[in-house]
Amino acid sequence: MEQILALLIGVLVAASVWLMLSRNVVRFLFGLVLISNAANLVIFTGGRLTLGAPPLIDEGADAPPALVANALPQALVLTAIVIGFGLLAFALALVFRAYTALGTVDSDEMRLAEPREGEEGAAKLPARGGATPEMAREAAE
Amino acid sequence: MSWVLSIPLAIPFLTAVACYLTRDTPRAAWISVVGSALLLAASAVLMAQVLAEGVIAGQMGGWPAPFGITLVADLLSAVMVVITAITALAVAVYALADVSAVQERMGYHALFQVLIAGVTGAFLTGDLFNLYVWFEVMLIASFGLLVLGGTREQLDGGIKYVTLNLVSTILFLSGIGLLYGMTGTLNMADLAVTVPQLENQALVTVVAMMFMIAFGVKAAVFPLFFWLPAAYHTPAFSVSAVFAGLLTKVGVYALIRMFTLVFTGDTEFTHTILLWVAGFTMVTGVLGAAAQQDFRKILSFHIVSQIGYMILGLALLTPLAIVGAVFYLVHHIIVKANLFLVSGVANRLTGSTELGRIGGLYASAPLLAVLFLVPAFSLAGFPPLSGFWAKYVVVKASLDAEAWVLAAAALVVGALTIYSMTKIWAEAFWKPHPEGRAPLLSALPVRDRVALVSPIAALAVLTCVIGLAPEPFVQFAERSATQLIDPSDYVATVLGADAAEGMPRIAALETRE
Repeated sequence: MEQILALLIGVLVAASVWLMLSRNVVRFLFGLVLISNAANLVIFTGGRLTLGAPPLIDEGADAPPALVANALPQALVLTAIVIGFGLLAFALALVFRAYTALGTVDSDEMRLAEPREGEEGAAKLPARGGATPEMAREAAE
Repeated sequence: MSWVLSIPLAIPFLTAVACYLTRDTPRAAWISVVGSALLLAASAVLMAQVLAEGVIAGQMGGWPAPFGITLVADLLSAVMVVITAITALAVAVYALADVSAVQERMGYHALFQVLIAGVTGAFLTGDLFNLYVWFEVMLIASFGLLVLGGTREQLDGGIKYVTLNLVSTILFLSGIGLLYGMTGTLNMADLAVTVPQLENQALVTVVAMMFMIAFGVKAAVFPLFFWLPAAYHTPAFSVSAVFAGLLTKVGVYALIRMFTLVFTGDTEFTHTILLWVAGFTMVTGVLGAAAQQDFRKILSFHIVSQIGYMILGLALLTPLAIVGAVFYLVHHIIVKANLFLVSGVANRLTGSTELGRIGGLYASAPLLAVLFLVPAFSLAGFPPLSGFWAKYVVVKASLDAEAWVLAAAALVVGALTIYSMTKIWAEAFWKPHPEGRAPLLSALPVRDRVALVSPIAALAVLTCVIGLAPEPFVQFAERSATQLIDPSDYVATVLGADAAEGMPRIAALETRE
């Protein structure tokens, strides 16, 4: 069981690294989603997998029976999923705002904050249709 | 006992709630100032307690140590919390005049306080997963602050900041998962006991490298620093001051904590890498700064270069080197935050941070010029300011360790720092304003003038105090370094005296290059 999960984690990480090497920020974001799930699986698998032994304490007993599944990694993964969800939602909104404001999702063309040598930052990106959020909203309406 | 540890966390969160509820009124800014002042008081109590009793620990929810979440304060944690509170107060006062009404309505003060809560939590926690959670609290607040206002530059810088920091977070999380799989614990003190007993030390080193890269991104070390100069010059000035002062230093703190407490098994490997990283960080940072022509961009690259000195102290891992790293950490937060605050005033008076477009500050605002010179000279390491002692201890430690190349690099980088500071001085202060404007401090409304200048002056005074009377601060750093080199106190306080027996001590590396 552990081997299967280990392979799955490997595949997920490989795929996400491939996605994250892209210049397209949206693809990068998809890679981030995949790799955060891979990290969650690492914690889950790291806590050892125990089949058919739920961590429940019998009525009247103080301690669970001898062998039960480890509940802690699941709590950790749950926390990580919640946090990761919030961060990715923010990142997605940011990429969308950046797209409407900058008119591109190509990270190579995002040079406003760090203009190339001898180039004015503000002059770089031509204001295409929907260059500002206001204009994008107007266009959408 | 544990309320001393939890109050510094509760204050910023409560302040954040109050600030959020009043975000449409001018009261929010004042609530933020009061909250920061309360945090300073609480951190002073914490510091007094730690100085009197040594390491203190509190078990949250009453769960005993390796099972529940532990909050721990040793001298390093305590001093970092105090410095965080000082920076928070300075920036909160500065924000009274710096932050626009629009940004206030979007919840600037609430985000700022959440950021402070995250930073404080990261310094106080004794649990690795909890550290991850505090990093996230800090990160999400910093995302918000960075893009607040949403100019195109901010969005552009924000994309790079957010994406690279998320990658580092995921690496950190995977490292936690693997470490938990190997040891079955996430309590740092417990890890310090169990990790050296593991059979597969090679795997420990692999995990150590994951942590090194994850924290290295946060700390902005070579070659992982590229998000920093892309983002730090874009947000409001008060935001970049608190980022510059605190955020990267949380990464440095986490590196110091993990690589003195837990990952000390294969120092020959890990700390040699850190040594190279430190050298390259110093040099690339300062060269990057030399190529820039913008007030804040120069300062951003200097953050990177200064981080190198702290990592150098950690990498040498001799008692003196750790003293240097701790001293540097404290000095750097004050100085760097202050320089960013000065750049904000310069922008307010002259209308830009592009060095080519500004000037004349010395003639018309001599007070600001003096207040710039103090942190600038301190950054470059002029006696008798705080930076001189910080650099002196680190360079002395590297000479003692016979790391000649790194000692030379540290000195040359110091000289190049003067070059950058001179450039700012000559362009922004000395030459006349290109449009013939005479930027006067007295042109600002009185309220703004007081709010902008008083935190700068206070931090400059602090720099001078550390510089002129370094003895108590060095002694403090020595005590703190002793705790870091021999963490048996830390472990005994968290887990009980039995656990600390037979703790392997760090084999201090005498000669290595």
